[in-house]
Amino acid sequence: MKIKQSAVAGTMESSDIMVTIAPSDGSGIQIELNSTVEKQFGQEIRRVIRDTLTKLGIDSASVTAVDKGALNCVIHARVETAAHRACGENHADYVWGE
Amino acid sequence: MFVPGNNPGMIRDAGIYDVDSIMFDLEDSVSVGEKDAARFLVYEMLRTIDYHGKELIVRVNSPDTGTGLEDLRAMVSTRRVAIRLPKTECAEDVLGCEKKIAAIERERGIPEGSTRMMAAIESAVGVLNAKEIAFSTKRLIGIALGAEDYVTDLKTTRSADGTELLFARCMILQAARAAGIDAIDSVYSDVDNEEGFRSEVALIKQLGFDGKSIINPRQIKPVQEIYTPTKKEIDRSLAVMDAIEEARKKGSGVIALNGKMIDKPVVARAQRVLDLARAAGVLKQEDKNER
Repeated sequence: MKIKQSAVAGTMESSDIMVTIAPSDGSGIQIELNSTVEKQFGQEIRRVIRDTLTKLGIDSASVTAVDKGALNCVIHARVETAAHRACGENHADYVWGE
Repeated sequence: MFVPGNNPGMIRDAGIYDVDSIMFDLEDSVSVGEKDAARFLVYEMLRTIDYHGKELIVRVNSPDTGTGLEDLRAMVSTRRVAIRLPKTECAEDVLGCEKKIAAIERERGIPEGSTRMMAAIESAVGVLNAKEIAFSTKRLIGIALGAEDYVTDLKTTRSADGTELLFARCMILQAARAAGIDAIDSVYSDVDNEEGFRSEVALIKQLGFDGKSIINPRQIKPVQEIYTPTKKEIDRSLAVMDAIEEARKKGSGVIALNGKMIDKPVVARAQRVLDLARAAGVLKQEDKNER
């Protein structure tokens, strides 16, 4: 998958994370994070974002995330959604259950 | 309990409430532009959160649309949920969806037939076809009534005593009973009107419904209180079972309690009261003798 346009997923409600993904200049995955739990979980949140994009085959992206205490599975879901929107993909090729 | 499919906080917390079944909604509570987000969210959270043995159901979008088909692919793949159709008007609606589910099960290596289904009747046509719907597939665990859409279809409005829903409720109930599946009543939208809610729950319980759909945790306690048998009902039912046991020991074919004959329907009703009491936690398995 390749990031073609800027896209956003998620909200700034409690327990959610708003993720904006945009094309970058090819210098890997850049993450700018604003989190209510930065000190405790900032590193983990960045890891989940990076791992999710890598699993989707995305090696270059500019990510901005505003986190309001989202669980890892929520971060995973919002990043997947934003990535698919940013790539202009529908889910028809997504392999559920793996 | 209905849970909107695009709200992570509500999806996460749903498991802490004392409900029997959680229904994650991808349909009416999710805006068109967020269907993909809700799908990913419910899918990922279902694979992670422990819901402590509660029945899990997902209401998908119409399976005849691309959105609905993708909902099916995602949710069947979790292997954790039953699928609720958004609107069921005839047996063919159920069978069409079942065919799609079966294809996904085969594709994903999931035992065919393991994904259960629930129908939702929301129109006059659906009500008239309730029996065919109830018998359409062995995957069906129950039929729910969608009252808001139904009364709109009837060209009327909802009233406090629910007169306009009586025919639909009775048709769905007869069909569900005949097919041996659950009958679940519609939601009550006015969460601030506890008195009205209690009246409606009492009515549908008396009609014979297995349960009530709710949209707010505040509605849990009234449903439980109304559905939990009273001490008087429990004692009476235990007495019936005692009388049966005593008659069996004596080899007597005629069983009476307080001068009244106890026959099969009386025993069945007593057993149901005790099953409900046990499910509500007000009667332990070891209390008294019973079948």
